[in-house]
Amino acid sequence: MILLLIQLWALLLLAAAALALVLTRAPRDQTIGLSFYGLLLALMFFVFQAPDVALSQIVVGAVALPMLIMLGLAEVRRHTRERERENKKK
Amino acid sequence: MRLILFAVSLAGFAAFFAAGARGLRPVGHYAGPYGDVLNAISVPERHATDVVTAINFDFRGFDTLGEEFILFGSVMGVLLILRQQHDELRKENPEEDPNGPPAASDAMRAFTLALVGPMVIFGLYIVFHGQLTPGGGFQGGLILATAPLMVYLSGKLDEFKAVTSPRLVEIAEATGAGGFALVGLAGLAAGKNFLENILPLGKTGSVFSSGTIFLISVLTGIEVAAGIVLAMQSFLEHALEIMQRGRNG
Amino acid sequence: MSGLEWLMGWMGYAVAIWVFAAGLYGIVTSRNWMHLAICLAVMQSSTYVLLLSIGYRTGGAAPVFADIPVGARAVDPVVQALTLTDIVVEATVLALVVVLAVQIHKHSGTLDPDKLRELEG
Repeated sequence: MILLLIQLWALLLLAAAALALVLTRAPRDQTIGLSFYGLLLALMFFVFQAPDVALSQIVVGAVALPMLIMLGLAEVRRHTRERERENKKK
Repeated sequence: MRLILFAVSLAGFAAFFAAGARGLRPVGHYAGPYGDVLNAISVPERHATDVVTAINFDFRGFDTLGEEFILFGSVMGVLLILRQQHDELRKENPEEDPNGPPAASDAMRAFTLALVGPMVIFGLYIVFHGQLTPGGGFQGGLILATAPLMVYLSGKLDEFKAVTSPRLVEIAEATGAGGFALVGLAGLAAGKNFLENILPLGKTGSVFSSGTIFLISVLTGIEVAAGIVLAMQSFLEHALEIMQRGRNG
Repeated sequence: MSGLEWLMGWMGYAVAIWVFAAGLYGIVTSRNWMHLAICLAVMQSSTYVLLLSIGYRTGGAAPVFADIPVGARAVDPVVQALTLTDIVVEATVLALVVVLAVQIHKHSGTLDPDKLRELEG
């Protein structure tokens, strides 16, 4: 009974978090939200009795994916700054 | 305009999904035979108590071989796209660049360096106990790959590059991927099917049990860890060292 | 009691289609490649929810028989293996999308999918 309540609550929280994540437009804020969403997914896998999947999702969804996106954003910011510096020189 | 199209197509898709889901049983009343069969025979036949890992590396090992090569191919793609182009040159001293990232504080250095050891041990534990408890090659390999990330976060790119020399990591990744295929071929060489479990099965519950599942788990862990470290290295190198020719002097 | 179980009976599928729709809405109205990549990840996560809902059994334990007897009531392990593969594929796809977005930005200076219509010779 308690487990059923926890499962329902996890599913509803997941739906709300997905909508909130999609409606966040700034990429940097969204990366932190993605990390939280990944952790929430791992929690849902755990209460649905799937520990292997939860382990995998914790590392991939909360560490590896936000890391990749942050590195991409840092790269983009560096390019923008170089472009601005070159435009100022001209 | 785009939103109207989206709403219409989503309504159509939801209708199809509802029609299809009507044929599914309600959540919580799983009926299918395969799960029960695998739960029942996994321990007697393969001496592996973690059924999901046994499925991944033994019963459906061929799919995992394909998935590992997907990871291998994508790491190759990342390395290819982020390589030094002909109109870029490499910065000599990325740490003295005034526009680069700031140096890490002492608390950050102490914390991340203290975490490196426990992470390596935990990752190895999860890799080696894949057939007994939840875990296995993929999960353990991913955890192992975050140990060099801790070294990078402690501030120095030089130490990160010394810990993960590219040649060694590339060899490790190739060993993991090729080793998996070789274990499958060894099954063929022993006169049985590809990727059949041919090593002695051992006692249920000890680490060196369930034959090739243990071996494949270790090889997959090496390959996944090396692949992610390679992709990380490529990203960091590209972000910190390579720049357009003629921009900075 | 049975009311909650009836609710659970279709809630798994409903959340899966809701998350899919949210991700699709994000992709359709996206003005930034990185935002698009994250919405793609959200869409892929809806398939995990669907797979695990199919394989769940009420009152079942995790399919690891290290400390429970072999004949005990357990959930389906096959869909968990499928979901593991799915997670790895998601990380792969996202890595390649981010890398391509970075290169697009380097060559054209913008991260906006709408501004990349014309191909300049």
